Amino acid sequence: MSNASLPPTAELKLYRRPMSFWWWLERPAYFKFVVRELTCLFVGAFAILTLLQIRAVGEGPEAYAAFAAMLASPAGIGFSVLAFLAAVYHTVTWFPAVQTTIVLRVGEQRVPGSVITGAHLAGWFVVSVVVAYIVLRG
Amino acid sequence: MAKRSLTPFLWFLFGGGGMVSAMLFPVHILLFGLAFPLGMLEAPGYEWLHALVVHPITRLYLFVFILLPLFHAAHRIRYTVYDLFRVQPSLHQPIAVVCYGAALAGTLAAGYTLLTIS
Repeated sequence: MSNASLPPTAELKLYRRPMSFWWWLERPAYFKFVVRELTCLFVGAFAILTLLQIRAVGEGPEAYAAFAAMLASPAGIGFSVLAFLAAVYHTVTWFPAVQTTIVLRVGEQRVPGSVITGAHLAGWFVVSVVVAYIVLRG
Repeated sequence: MAKRSLTPFLWFLFGGGGMVSAMLFPVHILLFGLAFPLGMLEAPGYEWLHALVVHPITRLYLFVFILLPLFHAAHRIRYTVYDLFRVQPSLHQPIAVVCYGAALAGTLAAGYTLLTIS
């Protein structure tokens, strides 16, 4: 088992501090972090749901009516309420995170993070209005 | 080595997906998931939705709409599984393969659907 070419530390078992599965309930910051990460379950689910919607559109009016009826069922509405809350939470936590990844300078001055986040929020509003306008034009 | 060089690419997909879903998902869910089913707004007719979906620009839009957020979700699920379940490092790679593999499968399905829809 032991390999002479490996340093002796390779045979050591690293100590892992015992931790409860519920560590993320111990502090509000941990809880918010896990909720933020779990919004991605709804993001992934809604991406798949949109694919199913596209397929239903491709299959014809009856298939699309069945898809729309599924969304209008109590389970469909329940999912959409949760997915909408998760998506908005994702949005309002994503934009403040973006400002930590972008360094934008105007001349010598670094553009403040709040300006970058604000610009994204304004962009979100504009994009949402444009999407709604196109969808509703029919 | 190969794994190392893949990391920036996966981060790009994660970041791009985070941005696409942050910008576009709330309005899509609000319209198709709540406003139309609950009758708050009159749903567009089938003919219009069909015309919209088969348009080349919309096909591209929908492909990006599905591709990037799927990889965003895969990336976050991967690390949340590591953190929540305090996964042994030896299991990290198989979990990553499952997560990104599922996103890739969804992407291929979306690509096939959007290329063949008529």
